[in-house]
Amino acid sequence: MRKASILLILLILLTTVAQAQQAEMADRMRSNGKIYVVVLVLATIFAGIILYLVLLDRKISKIENNRKS
Amino acid sequence: MSRWWWKILCILLLGYVVAAGFLMPVPRLDILNETIRNLYFHVPMWFTMMLLFTIAFWYSILYLRTGNLKHDIYAWQFTNTGIFFSILGMATGMEWAKYTWGAAWSNDPKQLCTALCMLIYFAYLILRGGMKDDEKRARISAVYNIFAYAMMIPLLGVLPRMVDSLHPGNGGNPAFKQYDLDNNMKLVFYPAVIGWILLGVWIGSLKTRTELIKFHRENI
Repeated sequence: MRKASILLILLILLTTVAQAQQAEMADRMRSNGKIYVVVLVLATIFAGIILYLVLLDRKISKIENNRKS
Repeated sequence: MSRWWWKILCILLLGYVVAAGFLMPVPRLDILNETIRNLYFHVPMWFTMMLLFTIAFWYSILYLRTGNLKHDIYAWQFTNTGIFFSILGMATGMEWAKYTWGAAWSNDPKQLCTALCMLIYFAYLILRGGMKDDEKRARISAVYNIFAYAMMIPLLGVLPRMVDSLHPGNGGNPAFKQYDLDNNMKLVFYPAVIGWILLGVWIGSLKTRTELIKFHRENI
């Protein structure tokens, strides 16, 4: 009886330890490829922001160069 | 400041971070789960803020030494940009905390000290707004900026590490350094820090150049 209860406690502890190795991650999104949608959305936003900065930088450079000449 | 090479580097690094940040493997940890990837976004906001405030501090000193109002414009615009990044850092930190620490605000020492630091820099903007005379405004805000920076060092770098805290790396928590021992996170984190810093400097430089143009127009 005692051996059985010790084994039972160890088994319960094992499941909690196993949870750390099996922490829920976005595995399903990776296996069905949806993770790439996430990356695409972020890359699009990022590209838009960078485009805005580049255009602004060019406009400022033009004004600076006009002022010099 | 109109040089383009470091801007190209910034675009490449951040493009890499946006993709690799989600596609590359990370440690599987309870509570954090996938949010550990926030390391690549939330933390660099603060590094960027600190560098931008350092630049502003430097130009504040330069103004006091030379009296050249252009240095004041640099200091002002880099402080503005630093404040912008601090707001982003605080907002992303609170969003992250809501789902991992259980609440957006926990009176965590680092949260408190950072909020205090942000208030000090907001006061810089109010101080500037209240003065019309260029030279007086530049002189007083330069002195204030130097004191504000001197406050930031202990508030952000010293105090949080001395007390118990929820933040990794402080008060007995293992730092994130322990989590990227497998080097997977380092591969994205270091480029992220450099990339976001370059972006911060780019935005600061654009704002400075804009104000310099206005300054030249008014002082021909």
